[in-house]
Order: sequence, then structure tokens, then C-alpha cells
Amino acid sequence: MRSVIAVYVENKYGVLARVSGLFMRRGFNIDSLTVGETDDPRFSRITITLNGDEYVRDQLVNQLKKLHNIKQVKVLEPGTSFERELMLIKVRNTPANRSEIMAAAEIYRAKVVDYTTEAMSVEVTGEPSKINAFIEVMKPLGIVEMCRTGVVALQRGGNIMEK
Amino acid sequence: MKKEAKIMTGSQIVIETLIEQGVTDVFGYPGGQVLNLYDELYKASDRINHILTAHEQGASHAADGYARATGKVGVVIATSGPGATNLVTGIATAMLDSIPMVAITGNVPTSLIGRDSFQEINITGVTMPITKHNYFVTDVNELADTIREAFRIAISGRPGPVLVDIPKDVQLAECEFELAAPVEPFAENEADDADIERAVELINQAKRPYIYIGGGAAGQGMAMGIMALAEKLDAYIGCSFMGLSAIPSDHPRLLGMQGMHGHFASSMANKEADLIIGIGVRFSDRATGNTAKYAKRAKIIQLDTDLAEINKNVKVDVGLIGNLVSSFNRIYNRVEKLENPEWVKMVEGFKKHEAEIAAEAERRAKAKMPPKKIFDIINEIKDASTVIATDVGQHQMWTAQYARFERPRRFASSGGLGTMGYGLGAAIGAQIGSGDKTVLITGDGSFGMNLNELATAVSYNCPIVTVVMNNGVLGMVRQWQTLFFGKRYSNTVLQRKTDFVKLADAFGMPAERVETPEEFRAAFERAMKHDGPYLIDAIIDKDEFVLPMLPPGGSVDDIITDVKEEK
Repeated sequence: MRSVIAVYVENKYGVLARVSGLFMRRGFNIDSLTVGETDDPRFSRITITLNGDEYVRDQLVNQLKKLHNIKQVKVLEPGTSFERELMLIKVRNTPANRSEIMAAAEIYRAKVVDYTTEAMSVEVTGEPSKINAFIEVMKPLGIVEMCRTGVVALQRGGNIMEK
Repeated sequence: MKKEAKIMTGSQIVIETLIEQGVTDVFGYPGGQVLNLYDELYKASDRINHILTAHEQGASHAADGYARATGKVGVVIATSGPGATNLVTGIATAMLDSIPMVAITGNVPTSLIGRDSFQEINITGVTMPITKHNYFVTDVNELADTIREAFRIAISGRPGPVLVDIPKDVQLAECEFELAAPVEPFAENEADDADIERAVELINQAKRPYIYIGGGAAGQGMAMGIMALAEKLDAYIGCSFMGLSAIPSDHPRLLGMQGMHGHFASSMANKEADLIIGIGVRFSDRATGNTAKYAKRAKIIQLDTDLAEINKNVKVDVGLIGNLVSSFNRIYNRVEKLENPEWVKMVEGFKKHEAEIAAEAERRAKAKMPPKKIFDIINEIKDASTVIATDVGQHQMWTAQYARFERPRRFASSGGLGTMGYGLGAAIGAQIGSGDKTVLITGDGSFGMNLNELATAVSYNCPIVTVVMNNGVLGMVRQWQTLFFGKRYSNTVLQRKTDFVKLADAFGMPAERVETPEEFRAAFERAMKHDGPYLIDAIIDKDEFVLPMLPPGGSVDDIITDVKEEK
């Protein structure tokens, strides 16, 4: 079972270490973790994706809630939230590859952000499944290296997290 | 009283904030990065008492024992680097047993942080997993409020240790200081009405109710309520190790500790119950055995202030998350009076069987000094105010089984972490906090770990009677080796030549060695009358076992009540 969890934290000394340390010592395996400032610089927002059963998810949420610098923890349900991820991927640039990369980029609404005679770099944004699909398309062409941001997510409509 | 701001240094602010928060005693050990703090302690010595231990670990256990005996926050001070790392075991012990503690450490000046400076250690990083929260203070203007918040976190909800690390330049910097009131705990959650309703329904249907209490219930002033609930429901009370001393030992509804070395009757009642009401207890592996086989017949209601404890170790039917006393009272006031004569008959049968096992064991005991005899004598001579502290091992489990408690906060022992070497420091803290006679039950293994604190007990003339249950082996580990490792006694036979009586003499305190219950009685009477520390080296047989025992990963069905003759 995959869960997306949003966490509002105070921007205080060591808060990211507290959160990531919690995963380690409680034995939680997380898929991704992203963190960034919010509109209020006193707070950051962390988005965690996790594969695990209900027990693991509930324990993670409850243990997070106990950390002093954490203001709110919310499990984002797939139907009422949306998520995005960004990837930069560098693929070998050969005459045979070139048009295929360009075509795939167009279909996936990706952007070529760097171009040299050796390699092309493409920026793709979307749900993780779309990113995964793009990787599959690029694999036979020769992926040189790639980098994913991990998932960020918000609730749909007017629902917000209280700080 | 008119409040006025004064300009103070960080060090002065630390001491003034401690005094403001009601701290009267602190434990610690000076060093390079807390020189300024100790200078202020010197100046404030008429308002705050500092107890110098032999080692920072002893100070951390003393602060813990102090907190257990008084219910107040235990405070410990240490210098940077090794001073700080020496606190780690004590902080972890407090964390696992939910003991309120504030640890204050000095650190190198901020300009030297991160350069592996002399005696520099990132103690906030080290203690992150073993504190409720910790702080690295970089601005003197935030110092007072940080210490106040540390106290607040330490006492709120499920208590625990908080560490405040203060670099030397922050201790020297100046700012305005204004006195504040002692902190109040954060408001706690209140359990949902619907959950209370479900709990009440389950209780009203119960035919075999069992109340299972833990450290959360001990020392909360809940004893009267819990005893009344047991009467109201025709229920029995069992406890975890941490729940010991919460209910007077002679209460007819109390079956004692359940679990690995628990009482036969409580483990059986726990197994046969159709309803378990867990109060401030985390269903630890030592108390439940194999959770897959645990209490299969029972519905479980769990009351806890810590939301992460609900369903953590055992899946419960109703979890009441919130202030324990409040959840308890809401249930108590709404449940019906129950009569469960068949259950009473069944449990009284377990108690009878337990008594028979004990009597049989006593009849067959060949040892010159059976451990139980030691406790019989201690129970007879000590009074209700006597604090009992222990180390970890066989002697600790015998204490759990045999020591009798008349009131809460008279027991200090490392339950969750199982810290050998905890006892003497804790006894010192508990004695100083309570002002009452304290008995330390220890073993020759545990005692050997931190016996340097005898120096502290002598310096402060603490009336602590140390009873070393000396069997020349690491008894608990050896017991496992006997039962589960084919009697291969790897590194558990100490064969040391340490003479604890001479050792006590060297530390400047009286001591004697005893080998029979009669000798022990006479020595213990002398020791209890002595004004100051006293040591009794009580020689026991190495083949005395802690029984009953549920094998690790087993259940009450696998209970071992007897071990075939040694040799």
C-alpha cells in the first residue's frame, strides 16, 4: 500500500534530522522525502511517500505527531489530492536517438533543457507513474544519469493544512 | 511582587531559570565548558543544592531516581564531550521508562563548533533518538525560554528527558532576564465520547475483566480509583514491571507483575480474561510474550496519553487516547456494577496454585540463603516510606516478585532499557529526593559497573543500605545459558576476588558479609538503624533461578515453574 503524507514543521535546528532519524530508528522504509519552505518562512512542508501496510502508516503518522517541532501531519488520500514529481534525465545523444528523444519529450510534455553532441537532458514533470513511463522509454536509448525530486502533493480544492 | 528585568549572563540565567522552575537539587560533574555555570552554582549554593557524583553516568541515574521518588523533574549538569556522552545511558534509561529529566550540557564556543575542538561532541545529534526533544542554544536571548520549554516538554503527556546544550559563549553573553512562573504541562487530548461509549459497553459485558496497569498509572494518584474499579467490576489487577508499586502489594485484587518473570496468577488471569483494560501500559514484549498468542480470548481497551502506543505492540479493540486520569474517570463513572463470581473463583484458584508452587519451592530449597528469605526479612523490617532501588538481573526480578510496596514512588528500577549499573546512582537520587531510607538491591555483576558512586553516598552521608546479592556469576544471563544454551557458561562466571566489605571500608563506610538468613536479618537491622550508607554482602547460591519464566517468544502455555536439579 502506497501512502503520501504531508507534514508541516517548524523551521528549527535539526528538524529534518529528527524526521529522518525517526524513520531509521523505527525501521520505516520510505520511498521519497521532499522538503521546502512554505509561504510562511517559519514553517516548512515535508512530503513523504511510503510503501507499507496500515500498521506502518499509522505508526509513522503517530510517531511523527509526537515530535515537538511538528505542527501537523496528514495522510493525503489519492482521490482528494494531487501529486507531482520532477525529473532531470540525461540520455546519450546519437543521430539515431535524437528524433526519438525529441518525440518522446513532446508526447510527455517534457522539455529539453540541455543539448550537446554527447548528451541531451530532459526535464519531465508529472505523477510518478508518468516519470516511470518516461524512464522506460529512455532506457533502450542509453540513460547517462538521472535525478528525481521525489513527490510533492497538495489536497484538492479549498482544503488546507492548519499550521 | 514587581517583575523587573535584570541584565544577566547566560550562566546566571540558567541557574535563575532552574530556581524559578522550582528546582532545589541538581546532580552533576564540573568541567571546562561548564565552569561559568558552576561559578554561578557556587554563588547560588544557598538556593540550589548541587550533588557532585563520581561519574556523569551516576549523576544521570541520580537525576532519574530523584524524579521517580519525587515526581519532580530530575536535573543533571555535565560538561561537553565525554561529560555529555557519559550521560547517554542515563538519558536513554529515563526515555525508555518515561521519566521527566532535564539534562544541561556545556559545549565549546560557537566559533569552535564543527571543528572537532577539544572535548567537542554534537550531543544533540547523539541524543536525538533518546530524548523527547533537545536543544542547541545559539542565542542567549532564547536561553531562559528554551529551558522553560524543556521543563514543559519533560512533564507533559508521557514524560521524558530533554537535553539543552549551551555553548560556552552563550553562557558568557548577557541579556535581560525576567522571572516567569513555573511551567504547566501542555493540554492533553481528551478521548472521544464514542470511544468511551464503546469501552463502557465492552466493560459492561465482561465476565472475566482484568485490569493491566503500567508506569503511566503509577505515581499518578490513580491507585484509589483503580482499586475501586476492580471492586466495582469484580476484576483483578495485574501490572507490568513499571506498574509495580502503583497499588499496595497487600491488596486482595492485585495479582502482581505479569509476563516473563511475572506471577503465575497474573499471567494466567491475563490469558483467561475476556476483557483487558490496559492503563498507561505499552504491552511490552517482556510482559506479553509472543503477541501472536497473547490474550486470544480477550477484548482489549487501552488508555494512554501517547497516541503512538495505541495498537503499537498489540492490536486493541478500543484505544482511548488522552489524559489517563480523565479517560479513567469517564469510564469509571459510567460502568455498571458487575458480579463475576465464576471469574473470582477461577482467579482465586490460580492464586492458590501459585501459593502451592511457592510453598513447594520453599520446602525443597536446599540453599543456605534462598533469595526469597532476603526479601521476607527486608519486607518485615522496612517501613512504608522506604525506597527500594535495584540494578538489573536476577535480583531485580526477585525484587519485582517478592518486594512489597505500600505506596507509589517508592521504587526505582530500570525497566525498559534494563540498565545494569543504574541502581546505586538512582538510589542516591531517590534518597536525596525523598529524604527517606533507601534500600538498594543489587547483584555483584551490576554493582561492579558503577560502584564508584559509593564515594558519593559516603560524601553526602546518604542512608542507603546496599544489599549485594552476591553469587559470583552474572546470574540472569547464566540462567538463560542453563535453560537455552546447554549450560555453556560463556563469560558469566566472574571468579573475581573483589572483597566488597573491604571495598566499602576503603570508601569510608561500614559493611559486613552474611551467609545465612539469620545473619542477614541481624545485619539488615543494624544497617537500617545506621545513619549513613551501609553495605551487606549477601552470599547466595549461583544456581538460584528466577521462576516462573516464560521463555522468550513463548506464551503462558510454555511457562517454566520448576528447573530440574543442577549438576
